Amino acid sequence: MVYEKHDVIVIGAGHAGCEAALACARLGLSTLIFTMSVDNIAMMPCNPNIGGTSKGHLVREVDALGGEMGRNIDRTFIQSRMLNTSKGPAVQSLRAQADKKDYSASMRKVLESTEGLTIRQDEVTEILVEYCSDNHGIKDSENSSELVENSVDNTVDNHVYNDVDNMQIITGVRTVSGNTYPARAVILCTGVYLDSRCIYGEVSVPSGPSGLPRSTHLSDSLRALGLPVRRFKTGTPARIAKSSIDFSKMEEQQGDEHVVPFSFENVGKDMDKDQESCWLTYTNLETHKIIRDNIDRSPLYNGRIEGVGPRYCPSIEDKVMRFAEKERHQVFIEPEGRYTEEMYISGMSSSLPEDVQYAMYRSVPGLENAVIVRNAYAIEYDCIDALCLKHTLECKDIKGFYSAGQANGSSGYEEAAAQGLIAGINAALSLLGKEPLVLDRSDAYIGVLIDDLVTKSTPEPYRMMTSRAEYRLLLRQDNADLRLADYGHRVGLLSDERYEDVCYKRSLIASEIERVKTVGVSSSKEVSDFLSGFNSTPVSDGAILFDLIKRPELSYESLAPLDPERPDIRPDIAAQINIEIKYEGYINRQKIQVAAFKKLEEKMIPPTLDYDLVPSLRIEARQKLKAIRPASIGQASRISGVSPADVSILLIYLGRGSN
Amino acid sequence: MYTGDTIAAIATALSPAGINIIRISGENAFSVTASLFRSARGKEFSSIPSGTVSYGFIEFEGEVLDEVLVLKMAAPHTYTCEDVTEIHTHGGVLVTKRVLEAILASGARLAESGEFTKRAFLNGRIDLSQAEAVMDVIGSGSDLARRNSMKQLRGSLRDEINRIRESIILETAHIEAALDDPEHISLDGFTETLLPKTEGLLKELKRLLASFDTGKIIKDGLNVVIAGRPNAGKSSLLNALLKEERAIVTEIAGTTRDTISESLDIGGLVLNLTDTAGIRQSGDLVESIGIDRALKAAAEAQLILYLIDSPLGITDEDKENLKSFADKKVILIYNKDDLLNDTRTGLNCDKCHGKDTDCEVDAGTACGDMSSDSDIDDDFDLLSSLNAGSVKISALTGDGIEELKDLIKNMFLSGTVTAGQDLILTNVRHAEHIRDAVASLELVKSGIENGVDEDLLSIDLMDAYKSLGMVTGEEYRDDLADKIFSTFCMGK
Repeated sequence: MVYEKHDVIVIGAGHAGCEAALACARLGLSTLIFTMSVDNIAMMPCNPNIGGTSKGHLVREVDALGGEMGRNIDRTFIQSRMLNTSKGPAVQSLRAQADKKDYSASMRKVLESTEGLTIRQDEVTEILVEYCSDNHGIKDSENSSELVENSVDNTVDNHVYNDVDNMQIITGVRTVSGNTYPARAVILCTGVYLDSRCIYGEVSVPSGPSGLPRSTHLSDSLRALGLPVRRFKTGTPARIAKSSIDFSKMEEQQGDEHVVPFSFENVGKDMDKDQESCWLTYTNLETHKIIRDNIDRSPLYNGRIEGVGPRYCPSIEDKVMRFAEKERHQVFIEPEGRYTEEMYISGMSSSLPEDVQYAMYRSVPGLENAVIVRNAYAIEYDCIDALCLKHTLECKDIKGFYSAGQANGSSGYEEAAAQGLIAGINAALSLLGKEPLVLDRSDAYIGVLIDDLVTKSTPEPYRMMTSRAEYRLLLRQDNADLRLADYGHRVGLLSDERYEDVCYKRSLIASEIERVKTVGVSSSKEVSDFLSGFNSTPVSDGAILFDLIKRPELSYESLAPLDPERPDIRPDIAAQINIEIKYEGYINRQKIQVAAFKKLEEKMIPPTLDYDLVPSLRIEARQKLKAIRPASIGQASRISGVSPADVSILLIYLGRGSN
Repeated sequence: MYTGDTIAAIATALSPAGINIIRISGENAFSVTASLFRSARGKEFSSIPSGTVSYGFIEFEGEVLDEVLVLKMAAPHTYTCEDVTEIHTHGGVLVTKRVLEAILASGARLAESGEFTKRAFLNGRIDLSQAEAVMDVIGSGSDLARRNSMKQLRGSLRDEINRIRESIILETAHIEAALDDPEHISLDGFTETLLPKTEGLLKELKRLLASFDTGKIIKDGLNVVIAGRPNAGKSSLLNALLKEERAIVTEIAGTTRDTISESLDIGGLVLNLTDTAGIRQSGDLVESIGIDRALKAAAEAQLILYLIDSPLGITDEDKENLKSFADKKVILIYNKDDLLNDTRTGLNCDKCHGKDTDCEVDAGTACGDMSSDSDIDDDFDLLSSLNAGSVKISALTGDGIEELKDLIKNMFLSGTVTAGQDLILTNVRHAEHIRDAVASLELVKSGIENGVDEDLLSIDLMDAYKSLGMVTGEEYRDDLADKIFSTFCMGK
């Protein structure tokens, strides 16, 4: 049968799917979300935490744009820490341990209570499209703001496509029972469920993670649409019963005394609650010997796993083989939740056989008597090569078809949520006839993430990392709201109330920085005594407060006693003022870098450009450019295989028109 | 392969030289040539093999324009990687222009500035820094400059810069790896090793930058101003240097009322000589304009040849003038030495004051600071405050001129370029980017010294990396390529 038509269908209710569906529904579109298991919405099949280095940035950015992940972890965390507090502001990151069940239930409740959002447990087996019968109106109507009334029957395309013959338009999906669900946009958020296989040792189970059913037909449908399907692999460690662990041999890691919330909505609210501890222990030479002696029994090493694994989230056997000189590796023992005995053994994911797993875990101090509740395993799955996507995460050749999360070859909950939000926002904006939302590398980690995915074709699951963000001093986790509120508000996901608060914050930061430039500090004895209290040299002829803030041992906050006129300022705003002043030189230099970057980013390449007509491009560069069709010279310059000389040629070619 | 339309231009400087060369490049280079060229041996142009020279005539609209040699070079082994012909004309400027017009009328278009080299670049024959070096080769005035440009053309600048970039990116990569994998990659003690490395890189870049001044002199020549009181013999010196009557020489003080410029190659170093009006208080309006210009030229000069009228010695006016050159390199030239033959003792070495019999102060010998006997202490003070050498000459007889040339070479090229071993920076754009890189690395250095976080250091490291990439074209600004090519002369 054919069901009533929805505006948007989201396939998969993991971290990407939830953000995508919520964004669409909240923007007023009728949205249907499919999941293989309603009981496992927003499930965390691997590590029990949200955030961490650079991933924490993504969560704050999702929140600043009006996404849900930050709020949900704030509701359900059982421990929270700000990482790298001894380092500079650019690399500080927030990480919270979640109660997995609670996190999932809480997100499910949000979905269920969102107007216009319908949840359906079913397996989608086919993406339905229609071929464009003519190319009427294809060109130069990019800015068309008229609402597309009925895109299923409508061959009028408001996007520019390069290859008219392959132009397809989404019409809906079909489920395993053969029923059809029409839709104007479809967002693929299938995570690791496509044709997945869980593997350890000799055991290979055709299933999704944690024994959940996998999706068996959708991969074929994607291939039939001409999408590049790849096979990736990831893995998870064993879960061990808490009662079998000897914590006295481990180092306890407690949460922060004053919890910084993920959501800017919760800034200033009391986040305190009882927190659970994590523990740190280490592998040793014995562990490594067990692994090396059995390495031929690892499916990763004996060829039974074909999928490519993440270099930056390696299994313990990868770490031991790759860092042969290291005598030990960190192992974090993390609670899976408040109401379970299971502990997650972070740093020791593996696909070794069960007997080796036992020997390996039990060689770690504190785990001598470990009782494994669930084995470690690797999971292989199908995903697409995101090179076929635009920065909006819409497929270049299928109008209305979006893809997000692990389906795009990324790894991690946060990466998934960020993409899900952007895909959802853009699907909605497109159906509403509005300008798309594209964040660039100088706007947000999200911009870096998506640009890398759609430009670089990483050969392994893509993990967000601090070093991937060139402008990280500007893209701090603490200023995500200041950076992104304009976008979130324009899109319509950020409430007026939150937006006004950001505007207030901005103006106060600006005026306060100007004010401290005019505040003098005398050379009196009181001042000298005060400064020597901070091991700071006295000022002989007096000084400007602004300059004193720049001293490493002082800060805007600590100098308050010398600043009697200072207005009452919230701690989060004071922190911004301090960072802006302290790092002024570096921030300004980074802004100059961004300006240079933007110049190439703003040199757009017409989507209709025929690279065969551009003389002198090297063959590899020509192939890559034809395949990826970069939006700008900037993006072209980041494609591997496109050399600086090729970019110069493009610049010259575009500079003189079609000559 | 870039297959642009067919372009042509006169590749030699348009001067009444014996031979001028017109270059044609592009798809139709051969057919255009064939339509104009009649081989003396009656061969069809199309049957002439590539890489050969043919003798014959250029005929256009029934008229023989010139007797020529034609070089035929087939793609891709040519400068532009396209079909190229070169036509060597023999009939002088006018005829060469008419041959070019005939070529343009036969299907080629006039090449834009730098277009041949742009095509060489587009066809992957050369990279951007090499393209720039081509420009330098063309613009170079001396053998030394040409040698240095050829070195850049072969890519030694690129190699040097790439090596430095590589070490910068290695350090940056370590910082960034440690940010993401602190468990396995440690920053403990990192800045202690980064500091000496940064200092080392700074030293290398500064050495390269220091060569820029020499490089600029080699490439553009040394701006030399001849100055002195009226009638000290400035114009005579210019003429003696040029061995030709370039400037008007008269006995009347104040004859030279304008500045006169000439170029002269003194064994690898080009002197851009400017003769000036004598500097004195003058009531004559035209003469005072000349004097103003002289002072202005002197202010911009890299070397001032200051003439002293030996029979008169250093006058108060001379002292005034010399004081205004305090920050310049100056060579004092005691002219009219021939008139002093009998009073040789009037000149002396300022160190021994003539007491040391071994110190022979011959005409034309550079012997440190020298002055006349009169007011010897005053002169000594004055001269020691100047960055000066001195030499005795007779502009009339030519005595001491060779010694003067040697002195100039020693002052500007001593030890640096004789062998042509070191890489010398000659391009202003390169120097700018290297200067930026030095500034960034200085920030890295002060950052380390102030104990800033490593990830902040990477901001300045990346700036240095990118600035250096601008030199080689590994990093681009949107306008770089066009900027480089538009400064080319027509024929390359």
